[in-house]
Amino acid sequence: MSNLASALNGASFNGLAKVDEVGLVGMITLRGDLGSAKVAAAVKAATGCAMPQQRKIEGTLAAGAAWMSPDELLVLVPYAEVNAKLDAMNAELAGEHALAVNVSDARAVFRVSGAASREVMGKVAPVDFSAAEFAAGDFRRSRLAQVAGAFWMDSEDSFTIVCFRSAADYVFGLLSVASNPQSGVGVY
Amino acid sequence: MSTRLASQGRLIDRSKTIEFTFNGKRMTGHAGDTLASALLANDQMMMGRSFKYHRPRGVVASGSEEPNALMGLGTGDRFEPNQRATTTELFSGLSAQSQNHWPNLEFDVLAINNKLGRFLTAGFYYKMFIHPKPFWKHIYEPIIRRSAGLGKAPDKELKDADTYEHFYFFCDVLVAGGGVAGLQAAKAAAASGAKVLLMEQNAHWGGRAPVDGGTIDGLSPDAWIEKTLAELAEMDNVTMRSRSMVSGVYDHGYALGYERLNDHEPGNGAPRHRLWRIRASQIVTATGAIERPLSFSGNDVPGVMLAAAMRDYVVNWGVTPGQKVIVVTNNDDAYRTALVLHEAGVEVVRVLDARSAGGGALMEEVRQKGIRVECGRAIAKVKSGKRVTKVSICAQSGVGGAQEEVSCDAVAMSGGWSPVVHLWSHCGGKLIWDEAAAHFRPDADRPPLGDNGQGFVVPAGSANGPMGLGDVLADASAAGAAAAEAAGFSAVKTAAPEVSVQDELPLEPVWLMPAQAEVSLRMKSWLDYQNDVKVTDVQLAAREGYESVEHTKRYTTLGMATDQGKLSNINGLAMLADSLGASIPEVGTTTFRPPYHPISMGAIAGEARGKIFQPIRKTPMHDWHEANGAEFEPVGHWRRPYAFVRSGESTHDAVMREVSNTRERLGLLDASTLGKLIVKGPDAGKFLDMMYTNMMSTLKIGKCRYGLMCSENGFLIDDGVVARIDDDTWLCHTTTGGAERIHGHMEEWLQTEWWDWNVYVANVTEQYAQVAVVGPNARKVLEKLNAQAGGGMDLSAEALPFMEWRDGKIGSFDCRAYRISFSGELSYEIAVPASQGRAFWDALIEAGQEFGVMPYGTECLHIMRAEKGFIMIGDETDGTVIPQDLNMQWAISKKKEDFLGKRAHTRSHMADPERWKLVGLETVDGSVLPDGAYALGEGVNANGQKNMIGRVTSTYHSPTLGRGIAMGLVKHGPDRMGDVIEFPGTDGKVYKAKIVDPVFYDKEGAKQNV
Repeated sequence: MSNLASALNGASFNGLAKVDEVGLVGMITLRGDLGSAKVAAAVKAATGCAMPQQRKIEGTLAAGAAWMSPDELLVLVPYAEVNAKLDAMNAELAGEHALAVNVSDARAVFRVSGAASREVMGKVAPVDFSAAEFAAGDFRRSRLAQVAGAFWMDSEDSFTIVCFRSAADYVFGLLSVASNPQSGVGVY
Repeated sequence: MSTRLASQGRLIDRSKTIEFTFNGKRMTGHAGDTLASALLANDQMMMGRSFKYHRPRGVVASGSEEPNALMGLGTGDRFEPNQRATTTELFSGLSAQSQNHWPNLEFDVLAINNKLGRFLTAGFYYKMFIHPKPFWKHIYEPIIRRSAGLGKAPDKELKDADTYEHFYFFCDVLVAGGGVAGLQAAKAAAASGAKVLLMEQNAHWGGRAPVDGGTIDGLSPDAWIEKTLAELAEMDNVTMRSRSMVSGVYDHGYALGYERLNDHEPGNGAPRHRLWRIRASQIVTATGAIERPLSFSGNDVPGVMLAAAMRDYVVNWGVTPGQKVIVVTNNDDAYRTALVLHEAGVEVVRVLDARSAGGGALMEEVRQKGIRVECGRAIAKVKSGKRVTKVSICAQSGVGGAQEEVSCDAVAMSGGWSPVVHLWSHCGGKLIWDEAAAHFRPDADRPPLGDNGQGFVVPAGSANGPMGLGDVLADASAAGAAAAEAAGFSAVKTAAPEVSVQDELPLEPVWLMPAQAEVSLRMKSWLDYQNDVKVTDVQLAAREGYESVEHTKRYTTLGMATDQGKLSNINGLAMLADSLGASIPEVGTTTFRPPYHPISMGAIAGEARGKIFQPIRKTPMHDWHEANGAEFEPVGHWRRPYAFVRSGESTHDAVMREVSNTRERLGLLDASTLGKLIVKGPDAGKFLDMMYTNMMSTLKIGKCRYGLMCSENGFLIDDGVVARIDDDTWLCHTTTGGAERIHGHMEEWLQTEWWDWNVYVANVTEQYAQVAVVGPNARKVLEKLNAQAGGGMDLSAEALPFMEWRDGKIGSFDCRAYRISFSGELSYEIAVPASQGRAFWDALIEAGQEFGVMPYGTECLHIMRAEKGFIMIGDETDGTVIPQDLNMQWAISKKKEDFLGKRAHTRSHMADPERWKLVGLETVDGSVLPDGAYALGEGVNANGQKNMIGRVTSTYHSPTLGRGIAMGLVKHGPDRMGDVIEFPGTDGKVYKAKIVDPVFYDKEGAKQNV
């Protein structure tokens, strides 16, 4: 649809790591009892994924579920399918006290990739990014310098980062500065 | 003279010559020099003037403890004051200026203060400059500012040319200090498999062991250091950083590391400093020890230097500070300096040992070299001047009489060693006084405590007390293993290296030289070089009743300079103890606070500068606004257009145009920043009835209601329109600045008070771009979009009446349209998914051309709402205002049993009829009332000030009415309609305004309801 635009129209920066705006991703905030069978069934219906454990993500950007808090998940689906997926989830959740809401447009998504991506992330988020502590499947809801953010590793050397759409410009600037080619730390 | 030696200099590369300037004078040094060693090599002994008396000062130390050799470094946008010459690595083109002199270093007008020294004692400022009062601002302060102070501030018009960054790091064991103790501790900790980070403040590893000599495992210290570094580099679990100082230890194993990436080659494109934000299970402090000066008269004359520092200059940089040197000591270690100087061909005129029996094996070795050693002797005074020329020698036990004068050009002094306990102490580690060694060292039984009450700092090597090489390495081995164990690893037994080193006899504490020095000597015996505090200042403080070391510190400024008293603290508190007749541990130390050594402001700010100084939140239409003349104003972290100013137009004109156009034709407002909270659940209605003063549970699906929120103390905290989405779902609009705050407010009540209610809240503010389509043509432009692209939403007054909402398509856009109005005009607030926001805005602008569309900003919004008498959170409210003050009883439900604020509203002060209440205000002459102006009443209050009876909360020029309009809170206001009251402005004028109804425009609401 020509009406659609992501926050930064796919901006990218190449330095110590490569920083790319990923574009629109379908996202659903799901709040509920994460131990409930209906909530698990709703996640399964939308993504095919099992319930993620604490600080973990199941699946991928196209079909995934990430742990945000003891009663909140971030559900990832293709942008074009978000309303259909919401309907499917709400059908599973009938009779259950839960809240599933579309937040796809409230977000911007970035990818930080390359051999130095762990170091670049280590400059902006108070998280241990050593390979022993953070690997594919790990997920953090944390901060990126001065703004809220969540991130995970898709594969070795590649992070996906989610932030609020209004902060997209700031986060892109932040990640680009942290990727200054002269600023390698050399610890990972 | 001080000069470069033909031999020695383990850290310099004589094949590389580097040019630099000092006070504009061209000089050369070698790669590996510090600025201090290079200046000494150029016979530049005097490096600055002192803070208070402007006495000539030279370098006294060789490391970060240096109090005197502070420089203004660099020029222009890389200028930085108060940089230590001793920690500045020399680079080509370095430009340094000495500080605190006027007009120049050699001749200083204010050195007259030196002659006035007897009047400039401790507390002088407090006593002298109290009277007469006006003198302070106009006479005393300007003079004191000229005479005192260290470096100059950088040019305020320039911006730092460099960049900085932070880096988060996590480890099991952080080792602070890369001397032999730090290396051994790191090795011992790493052997267990623990993840180790080892940081060393200098560019080179190994600390001072190579200068002090001995052997380790049969190797020279240099060879052992090289071997150990190679071993550590092989280990995957060890990270080593030089030029990185652990500057502070904080709660729960948090520590800061200050890495200087390119101070030694500025402008190479890398960040200048990197601040490591470290979480460690255990922290080993292998921070070494600092030598203490001796307190004798003239101990600050350039050329008087710490004995170990003088040894450092010879061995590390091949520089001798003098040709004829006197060594004065109370311990054996200083004899090493005599040996090193002798070896380098420098004449050691004499060694004065304050101990009547002298020292041990090292003294004998010195004597065997033919150097004259005198025991029980002391320096009575060093002749004042710009460098050492003559020293008077006396007995240590006396008052300083029967002096013998000896010519020399440098003095090496040693008063013993103090462990560097700063990092141990930063987070609460306690100290004990070691009588035999005459120093404070960490008390192993009282370490800083972590989250479970466990100690998390382990001191190692001479930072823990041991000073001999063998004891240092054994202690470090044990510390490394203990830290690894405490971090949850099984320590592998690491044998401490075998060392050979000469035995030393104990020192004898010497706090004053000579022991009974008469006052004329004590007056020139410096304790704190940087802040110009002398022995007599501390003694005076004691006489005046300053018994606490913390009070004495502040009264005398002892230890308050940029070096935080690294050299002076122990001598100062020993002197205080002596004056009070107390023991040293009874007096205790002042508090050690981070940073250990000053770190740059840039490092603290990190990457936060320029475009990413602070996040600026942007709506999907922000770029359009920027390209179309928007003047922005900050609202929270958002930037909202204040007005869209056309070329040739003033901001005021633009605002007037926007108001008129919106009232007469069509205006568009980017309302995306308004907070939007989804509240859902079986108990959501009950919950919202508690949150709002009015009833939300009875709201029908498809309808909207304006609501007020109070804090539990009854004060208004937010307002907005609530829409009922379905049976158990509501959407609550908040103010722009209130979105996160109100979300948190709701979560707090749900999580702490009503945790058993079934309600979920989600903040969906940014999911939507929201546009207010306002004015008589609002419906036409939306219907045109529908006509163009086949959108299905019926926007007629019948299908979508005032205060209702609908979901559907308008044109090709997915919309939720609210019939709400904050302007009094026909108005639709239309929410579309944020990703469609820009296209929707563009479509409205394009389709609206024929209807006279113009965007409008926040000032236009404010004027239109004020014309309608609508209140604004933050204008009519300020945290002390309740809904009743604003005559909003209509929005307070009387049916509800309870809501937040209800009980507070019944308190006597809240129900007081004397409270100021909202009214409209019209100036008599049509002018605009000053914002925030107060209205005068009769009489004066207890302080003799005129009584106030009200204040202006909002004030504008209304283009619609062609006059100034305002709202204000006035005592008995609603009962005084038609009265004229006076508002004195800050411009000297008195504004007269009539009290009127706050609704100035379309009181019946006919225009919005069409």
